[in-house]
Amino acid sequence: MKLIFERSVPGRGQDIFPECDVDIRLPETPLREEAPKLPEISENEMGRHYTQLAKEARGVNDGFYPLGSCTMKHNPRINEAMASLPGFTNVHPLQPADTVKGCTEAIDTLRNILCEITGMDDMTFQPAAGAHGEFTGLLLIKAYHKSRGDEGRTEIIVPDSAHGTNPASAAMAGYKVVEIKSNDHGTIDMDDLKAHLGPQTAGLMLTNPNTVGLFDENIMEITRLVHEAGGLCYYDGANLNAVIGMVRPGDIGFDVIHLNLHKTFSTPHGGGGPGSGPCGCKDFLAKFLPGKRVIDGEYTQAPESIGCVTGFYGNFLVMVRALTYLLFNGSDGVPELAKNAVLNANYMQEKLKDLYPVAYDTTCMHEFVMSLESIHKEKNVSALDVAKALLDFGIHPPTMYFPLIVDEALMVEPTETESREVLDNAIAAFRAIYKKIIESPESVAASPVTTPIKRLDEVGAARHPILKYDFSGEKAE
Amino acid sequence: MGTYIPNTKEEQLKMLHEIGYKDFDDLFKHIPEEARFKGTLNFPKGKSECEVSAIVSGMADDNKVFHKIFRGAGAYNHYVPATVNAIANKEEFLTAYTPYQAEISQGILQSIFEYQTMICELTGMDISNASLYDGASAAAEACAMTHDRKHSTIYISHTVDHRVREVVDTYSFGRNTKVVVVPEVDGETDLKALKEMLEGDPSAACFLMQYPNFNGIVEDADQIASIVHGAGAQLIMSVNPIALGILKTPGEIGADIVCGEGQPLGLGLGYGGPYLGILACTKKNMRKIIGRLVGETTDSQGERGFVLTLQAREQHIRRDKASSNVCSNQAQCALKASIYLATVGPKGLKQAATLCTSKAHYLAEQLEKAGLKLTYDKEFFHEFVTDCPDSGKLLAALEEKGILGGLPLEDGRILWCATELCTKEDMDEVAATVKEVF
Amino acid sequence: MIDPKELKYSKSHEWVRYDGDDVVIGISDYAQESLGDLVFVNLPEVDDELTVGEALGDVESVKAVSDIISPVSGKVTEINEALLDSPEMINEDPYDAWFVKVTDVQETEDLLSADEYDEFVKEEEA
Repeated sequence: MKLIFERSVPGRGQDIFPECDVDIRLPETPLREEAPKLPEISENEMGRHYTQLAKEARGVNDGFYPLGSCTMKHNPRINEAMASLPGFTNVHPLQPADTVKGCTEAIDTLRNILCEITGMDDMTFQPAAGAHGEFTGLLLIKAYHKSRGDEGRTEIIVPDSAHGTNPASAAMAGYKVVEIKSNDHGTIDMDDLKAHLGPQTAGLMLTNPNTVGLFDENIMEITRLVHEAGGLCYYDGANLNAVIGMVRPGDIGFDVIHLNLHKTFSTPHGGGGPGSGPCGCKDFLAKFLPGKRVIDGEYTQAPESIGCVTGFYGNFLVMVRALTYLLFNGSDGVPELAKNAVLNANYMQEKLKDLYPVAYDTTCMHEFVMSLESIHKEKNVSALDVAKALLDFGIHPPTMYFPLIVDEALMVEPTETESREVLDNAIAAFRAIYKKIIESPESVAASPVTTPIKRLDEVGAARHPILKYDFSGEKAE
Repeated sequence: MGTYIPNTKEEQLKMLHEIGYKDFDDLFKHIPEEARFKGTLNFPKGKSECEVSAIVSGMADDNKVFHKIFRGAGAYNHYVPATVNAIANKEEFLTAYTPYQAEISQGILQSIFEYQTMICELTGMDISNASLYDGASAAAEACAMTHDRKHSTIYISHTVDHRVREVVDTYSFGRNTKVVVVPEVDGETDLKALKEMLEGDPSAACFLMQYPNFNGIVEDADQIASIVHGAGAQLIMSVNPIALGILKTPGEIGADIVCGEGQPLGLGLGYGGPYLGILACTKKNMRKIIGRLVGETTDSQGERGFVLTLQAREQHIRRDKASSNVCSNQAQCALKASIYLATVGPKGLKQAATLCTSKAHYLAEQLEKAGLKLTYDKEFFHEFVTDCPDSGKLLAALEEKGILGGLPLEDGRILWCATELCTKEDMDEVAATVKEVF
Repeated sequence: MIDPKELKYSKSHEWVRYDGDDVVIGISDYAQESLGDLVFVNLPEVDDELTVGEALGDVESVKAVSDIISPVSGKVTEINEALLDSPEMINEDPYDAWFVKVTDVQETEDLLSADEYDEFVKEEEA
C-alpha cells in the first residue's frame, strides 16, 4: 500500500476555505521558512487511500474478536448517532453553565447509573482511559493518607497477575510497588498478602475476577485485611463485564475504582482510543476528586481536589455513548451482560479443554486462559504460532502471553454479543489447528499464510527505528 | 430491556445444559453469597432504541448551540471538512482494537505512521508519538520526559493556560517532583526572572512555554530557547497546531520537546472531549518519549510493513519501571487530525492560519474603535485580551444575539478569539454590541 | 579472544573479568540466548556508583526488559558505547560485549567459577 505522501502531487489539493473578507494581516513575529510537507491530494484520491487502509484494518464489525481482557463487544450504532448530535458536538466546554443543561444532565445521569452499578458514592469522568483512571484513583488514595498526616504509607500491593498498567500507575503516583504471589488456584496467596501488609501499606490494587478470569472467593477477607492494616482497596474495573449487576465492588470492600467505558460499556475502541476511564469512590474520598462539574448552575470543584488530570471534563462524547448504552439496557438488562459473558466463556472453555490445557480447570468467568506450555515442549509450537494460525481461519487471535503468571498463555474473552454459531465456528477452528499441531507442526509455525503481510521484522524495527516518512526519496533500509 | 445479546433465552439454557449447568444461578454459584448483589439496581429499566434516542436527543436539545463563537482558551471553533468524519467513522477504523497484531492491522498502523510524519512536519521535530489523551496531559508527560536523577524541577510559565498548569501540578503530586511558576510581565514570560531562576537551579529539568501563549501572544521563543539551553535545561513548547501553519516551528527554534492540543485539527468542540494530545521530540529524546510509536519495517518476503515498536518503554513490558502508565492513545482522534491535514494540505493550513490571524486583528481593531482597549500591546496570533468595564453585561448582551463572546478573565478582562469561521458581519456585530452596551 | 572458562559468574547470569583490581562486567551466553534478539541496552553513566545486588542497567528485547544486576559495588569508569548503537553484538559474542568497567571495587557477590556456573544453569533448566 502506498503511503499518502507517495500519492501526493504538487499543486493538487481540496478547496476548503473561503477568501478572506478582511485585510490580510500576519503577526510580526518570526514565521516558518518552509511549508510542512503535508499531502497535496484530491478528495477522490484521498478517499481511495483511506478506503484501502480500512480494508487492511479489522474491527469487531468484521468478525469474532476474542481478545482476553479487552471486552471486544459489539459497538451499537445508536451510540454513534447520539454522539454525533450537533447539540453535543458543537458545544464549547467554556460556555456559561446555564447554556449546557443538556450536557450536565447527561453527565449526572451517567454518574448516578454508574455509581449504582458499582456501589460507589461519587465519580469523576476526567480520566481519558483506564490507565488514566488508575492514576487518578491512586492519587485519591495518596491525598487521603496525606490529609490524615500519615506519610509513612509508601507501598501499593499488586498481585503478580496484574495488568502492566497497575504497577506503572502506582509508580507514577509515587508509590513503591510490592508484588504478591498468586497461589496455584490462580487467586491471591493469602499468606503472602498478610506478610506484606503493614503500616507502610497505602493500598491494594485488584481486579476481580482477576486477569485469569477467576473470581477470588477470599475477596471479603482480602479487603477486610487491607482495611485493618490501614490501607485502602482499589478496584481495577477492566473485568467488570464478568460481574456487572451481579456483584458491586462497593459492596465487597473497595473504596475506589475505575471503569473502562470502552470495554464493559460498549464504546468503540477506535484502533487504540479514545476510551474513557471514570474513577469512582466512596463518600470519604469525594472531596479529593479532580475536575470541575456543574452543581446548581455553577462550575465547582471538590474542596480538597487533587487538581485535574485532563483539561476539561473528560471524553464527553464517549460518555454519551455509554449513557445511551445504559439507558437501552436498563437495570434489567445489565445483569444479563454478565450472565451471558460468563456463559459464552465457559461454553468455549468446556469444548476446548480436552485438547488445549486450561490454566485453571474450574468454572471461569468472562474469560479463560489456555496454556500451551506442554504443546510447546512436545511439538515446538508456541502460543504465538497458534494465534497466528487463527488468522488463516479469519479469526482475530486471542490475547497472547498475558497474564505473565501463565506460560505460553492464550486468553479468550468471547463477550456476550456473540451468537452460538460464532462460538461453535471458533471452537472448530481451534480444534482444526490442534489437528495440524499433531500432524504437521511446521505448518502452524509458518502461519499466517493468507494475510496480506507475513511475519514482520520487529527486531529490526526496534534496533533501527524508522518513525516517519523519509521525504528525501531514499529508500528506507 | 434492550439487548444486543443474539442468543435467545432458550438457546442460553440449552448451552448451559450442554456444559453441565442447571441454570445461571448454578453458573455463578462459586461466587460467595456475601459478595453477591441481591435485589435490583436502582435505575430505570431498559427501553427500546426509539425511546432512548428521544431521551438522549432531548438532552442535546437542552444545550444552547452558538453559531458565532469568539471564545477559544484551549478549545477552538474551526471548520471540520466533511471528509474527516466520513472517513474516520468507517467501521473498520472505529471498531478495531489497538494494532498489536501487526499482520492484520496494517491499515491502522500505516495511518498512525502517517499521523506521526505529519506532526513532525508541522512541528519540525524528528519524532512524534501516536498521540496522548489531550494537550494538558501531554504537557505533563513532556515535563516527565526531562526528569533524571539530577534534574527534577519543572519550570512553567505563568502564561501557560492555567488548566494545563493544574494538570502539570497534579501529575507532579503523583511523581513527587517540584513545579515552579515563572511569572509573567505585560502578558509574556518575564525573561529576566526566567534567566535568574534557571541559572540559580542546577536541578532545573525543563521550561514549559505555550506558543502562542494563553493571552494569545507569540512570545520570543528564540530568546527563551537561548536562556533555557544556556542554563542546561530542556525547552518544551506547548503549541497550537493551526498557528504552526505560519509561525516559526519549534524545530527551527531549537525546542527539545513539543506538546500541544490537537483539537483544532478537525475534532470539533464536543464539550471538551475527546481531544488529542500531541507529543513530539528531537532524536536525542527518542527512547524517553512516552506513548505508542509505530515504526516501519519489512516482512519475511521483503514487503514494507508497519509495527508498534520500542514497546519496551511501555507499561505492559516495563510495568513499575515504565516512565508512564499510558496504555491507549487517542487513535481515532489522531486519524481525524491526519485526514484534516491531508484534506487542507500545506496551502490550506497556511490559509486557515492566515484567516484566523487576519480576522483576529480585524476584530481587535474594531473592538478598540468601539471602546475596548487591548490590554497588551504585543504580537498575537488569533487570540488577544481586552479590558472591559463590565464583561458580564457585555457577554450577556452578546448571548442574547446568539453570540458566544470572549472568555471572561479576572479584573473584567476578556480573552477574545477569532477563527476562519468568524465573518466580517459577525465581528462588526460584536463591535456594534459593545457600543450599544457601553 | 576471551575464554569463558576464565571468567567468574553470578547467579543472575552476569560474567565478571578481573583487570588488575578493576572489574569488567557482561552477560553470559545463556542469558543472551534466553533473552532473544536484543534491541537496546540501558547503561549507567561514567562515575556512577554501583551497589552489589542492584540493577546497573537493563537490556531490552522486542517483548521484554531484563535488569542487569551488579555483582559488585564500585564506581563506573567506562561504559561500552558501541552496545548502544549495536546491541546485537551481545547476541553475537556475549563474552566480548562488555557493558561496564568498574573501579574501587568494595563488596563482591559470591561468584561462581565457569564449571560451577554450568552446573547451576543445568539445575535451573531442569
